[in-house]
Amino acid sequence: MIILRYLKKDTGGMITLSLLALITVIVPICNLLVPETSGLHVSTFTMTLLGKYLCYGLLAIAVDLVWGYLGILSLGHGAFFALGGYAMGMYLMRQIGSRGVYGNPLLPDFMVFLNWQHLPWFWHGFQWFWFAMLMVILVPGLLAAIFGWFAFRSRVTGVYLSIMTQALTYALLLAFYRNEMGFGGNNGLTDFKDILGFSLQTDATRAGLFIASALALGFGYLSCLYITRSRLGKLCTAIRDQEDRVRFIGYRVENIKLWIFTFSAILAGIAGALYVPQVGIINPNEFSPLASIEMVVWVAVGGRATLYGAVAGALLVNYAKSYLTVAMPDAWLFALGSLFVLVTLLLPRGITGLLRKKEASR
Amino acid sequence: MILLSSRWRSCLLCFLTIMSLVSFGVAPCPASEDTTLFEQGAHQLVHGNFRQKEAAIAKINATNDPRAEKLLRALLGGKLYRVKKDNNLVYITKKGSRVSITDVLSGKELGTVKKRTLKKITINNKLRSKLREELALLALRSPDPDKRLAAVNKLMSSLSPESAKILEKLITTETNSKVRQGLLTARAIANLRDTDDAKRLQALTELQGNLNPAVKNELTRLLGEEKNKDVRQKAEAVLSSIESKIAFYGLVEKIFFGLSLGSVLVLAAIGLAITFGVIGVINMAHGELIMLGAYTTYVIQQLMPNSIGLALLLAIPAAFVISGLAGILIERTVIRFLYGRPLETLLATFGISLILQQSVRTIFSPLNRSVATPAWMSGSLQLNPVLSLTINRLTILVFALLVFAGLYMLLKKSSLGLQVRAVAQNRSMARAMGIRAAKVDALTFGLGSGIAGIAGVALSQLTNVGPNLGQSYIIDSFMVVVFGGVGNLWGTLVGGLTLGVANKFLEPWTGAVLAKILILVFIILFIQKRPQGLFPQKGRAGAAS
Repeated sequence: MIILRYLKKDTGGMITLSLLALITVIVPICNLLVPETSGLHVSTFTMTLLGKYLCYGLLAIAVDLVWGYLGILSLGHGAFFALGGYAMGMYLMRQIGSRGVYGNPLLPDFMVFLNWQHLPWFWHGFQWFWFAMLMVILVPGLLAAIFGWFAFRSRVTGVYLSIMTQALTYALLLAFYRNEMGFGGNNGLTDFKDILGFSLQTDATRAGLFIASALALGFGYLSCLYITRSRLGKLCTAIRDQEDRVRFIGYRVENIKLWIFTFSAILAGIAGALYVPQVGIINPNEFSPLASIEMVVWVAVGGRATLYGAVAGALLVNYAKSYLTVAMPDAWLFALGSLFVLVTLLLPRGITGLLRKKEASR
Repeated sequence: MILLSSRWRSCLLCFLTIMSLVSFGVAPCPASEDTTLFEQGAHQLVHGNFRQKEAAIAKINATNDPRAEKLLRALLGGKLYRVKKDNNLVYITKKGSRVSITDVLSGKELGTVKKRTLKKITINNKLRSKLREELALLALRSPDPDKRLAAVNKLMSSLSPESAKILEKLITTETNSKVRQGLLTARAIANLRDTDDAKRLQALTELQGNLNPAVKNELTRLLGEEKNKDVRQKAEAVLSSIESKIAFYGLVEKIFFGLSLGSVLVLAAIGLAITFGVIGVINMAHGELIMLGAYTTYVIQQLMPNSIGLALLLAIPAAFVISGLAGILIERTVIRFLYGRPLETLLATFGISLILQQSVRTIFSPLNRSVATPAWMSGSLQLNPVLSLTINRLTILVFALLVFAGLYMLLKKSSLGLQVRAVAQNRSMARAMGIRAAKVDALTFGLGSGIAGIAGVALSQLTNVGPNLGQSYIIDSFMVVVFGGVGNLWGTLVGGLTLGVANKFLEPWTGAVLAKILILVFIILFIQKRPQGLFPQKGRAGAAS
C-alpha cells in the first residue's frame, strides 16, 4: 500500500500513530475493565478530556494542511469546526425528544421557550443520524468551497486572506448569537441525552466516542499524509513557496487551493462533530476569532508542515491550558500570549523543528 | 398656637408680599390689589357653586399672585379642603390616620387634625379642564423662558378658538424668540379650530412648513372633519410639505448617526492605516492600544475627579504618549525581527494583544469602568422640533476630522512625513538617500499607536471602558482599512464614513447585528472585485500584495 510506504519515511508520524493506537486500546480498557480502586484506572473525566484533545489534534492537522503545506493562514477554521459541531448538536437535540424540560416531542426546549410553533425548515432531517453526518461534511465543506471559490479566484492572498477568514468567523459569531437564527442564541445547544440510542452519561458510550475520535484522528492523519506526499502535495508546497511560478508553469493554482481548503474544512467539521457529544455543549463562542487563532498557535508550537508536530502541539498547548486555567486562571492568557510571541520569534519551526535540527546535526 | 385676627393677617400678608416683590426687584404691578383679588377668589371658591368657582379660578389666575399656581394645582389634585368650623382654605397632606393642614393664604402650618373636621372643595369635569388650561396659561407668564416654552408646547394639545385671543396678548409682550415662535404656532392651531373659513385658511398659511409635532396632529385631525373644499386642499398641501420635510430631516439624522459611527471607525482605523499601510505591518494589538488610551482617560479622571473636562483634554496627549510608547516598545522588541514575514507578525502581535488585555484585567479588574462625560459634551443640539444632534457624537465627529487633518498634514508637510512616505515607497532607495529606515519604522509605528490611544480617549466617551474594548473594534478597523485601500489615508476616511452610514441605513430593516454581518459579507465580496480597496496605492505595501 502506498500509504504504508509514505509512513515508513515519516518517523514522527510512525511514533504518533503507534502511540495513538496504543492509547486507543489501553485507555478504554483501563476505564471500563480496571476497577476504580486500582492505580491503573483511568477516570471517565480523564478519558473524555483525552478524547477532546484528540478532536483538537484532528483540527490542528486540518489547520496545518492549509497553513503548513499550502501557505494559507486561516484564522477562520473555528467556523468550520463549530459548524460541524452544530450539525452534530442539532442531531443530539432532536434525540432528546419529549424528555426536555418542556416535554415538547418535536421542538427543542429553547424554541418552546421562544414561543415558536414550528420547527424551522433547516432543522428537518436532523432526526436521522446519517443525515446529520452528511451535514457535518457538507455544511463546512460547502462554506469553504464557496468562500474559497471567491477568494482564490480573485487571488486574495497572504494577510488579506487571513483577515477575510477572520471576518468570516466573526460574522458567523454575530449571526449565531441571534436567537432568531434558530440555533439557541448565546446558550447554544446543550442538555444532550443520548446518541444512536446510547446514553451519553454511561462510561461505555464515552469510551466509544473516545475510540471514534482516535480513529478519526488516525484517518485524518493518514489522509493528510497521503495528500501531502502525493503529486498534489508537492504542488501545494510549490504554491506555498512560489505561487506565481506554479501558475506560470500552467497549473490552475486556485483549483488546487480550493480542493485542499475544502478538504481541510471537512476535517475540521468532523473534529467538531466528535467534540460536541464529549463536551456536551456547543455555543457561538466556538466561532470567536480567539478560538480560531488559538488553533493556529497549536500548529505553530508543534511545528508547521509536519503533521505529527501539529498533533503534538495541539495536545501540549491544550494540556497546558487545562492545567493553567485551573491552577492559575489569570496566567493562561499571559502564557498563551507569550507563546505566540516566543514561538514566532525564537521557534519559527516549532518544537519538532528543534528535534529535526538535532537530527540534521547528527 | 397664636391665631391672628383676619385683619392683622391680611396686613401682614400685604407687607410680606410687598417685601418679597421689592427684594426681587419686580414691583411694577399693584401687589396689594392682586392680593385682595386673590383672597376674594379664594373666598368665592369656598362658598360658591360650580359656576362661581369657575369665575373664581379665572379671577385667581388673572392675579399675578405667586400663590395662585399652588392653589390651582391643589384644587386640581383634590388636595384643597376647607375647615368646617371657620371655613378657612387649607392644603392637606396625609399623616397616618390624621392629616396635617397648611393655611392657603398665609402658608402657615396649622398642625394635624382629624379628616372629618375638613370638607373637600369639589370640582367637576368642566372645571377640571378649565383648571388645566388655566394652569398652562399661568406657566406662560413664568419669568423663566424655558418654563414658558414647555408651557406653550403643553398647551398645543388643548387649544380652543378662544385661546387665540389670550395668545394674541401674550405674543405682543413675549421677548424670547423661541417662545414667540411657539406662541405663534399655538395661535395658528387655535385659529384652525375656528368656524371662520378665512381664519382657517390664514392659519394654514402661517403653519406652512411648521415642524412642531402638534401641527401635524392638528392637520390630520382637520382633514378628518373639514368640509370646506379650499381649506381641505390647502391643508393637504401643507401636511404633505410638512411630511416631506420631516422625512428629509429623518434622513439627515440617519446620515448624522452614520457619520458618527463612521467617525469612530475612522478614528480606530486611521492608526492602523499607518502601520498597516505605510510600513506593511499587521498589528493585531492595535485594538489593545486603543484600550490603553481609554484606560489612560479613566486613570486621569480618577486623579482629578473635580475637573472632568480638563482631565479629558489632558488625556488626549497623555494617551498619545502612552500608547505611542507602548507601540514603539512593541516594534523594537518584537516586530522589527519579523519584517517581511507578515503572517508571523500577525500571530506575534496577536499574542501581545492577549498579554495587554490580561494585564489590564489584572490591574483594573475585568469589570467595565465608566468614564464621565463633561458637561460641555453632554446634552443635545436641538436644531428644530424633529432634528436634534447629540453633542458628544458631534464633538467626536469633529475631533475625528481634526485628527485626520492633523495626521494628513504631518505626513504631507513635515520632514518625518516625507521620510515615512519615502520608506513606504522604496525602502532601499530611501536608505540609499540617507534615511535611517529602522528609526522611521519605529517612529511610524509609534505614531500609528499614538493615534490609537487618541481614538481610545474618544471611544471612552461613547462606551464603557473594559478589557474587551479593543477586540470589538479591531475587525471593523481592518475592514475599513482594507475597504478604503491600504496605505491611503483618504481611503480610510472615505471608507470609514461610508461603512458607518451604510450600517445605519441597513439597520432599520435588518437589525443592528444583521446589518453588521451584511457589511462584512459585502466587504468580503468587494475585496474579491477590488483587492486593492477603493483607492489603490502603489508602493511597498501595494507591491507586496
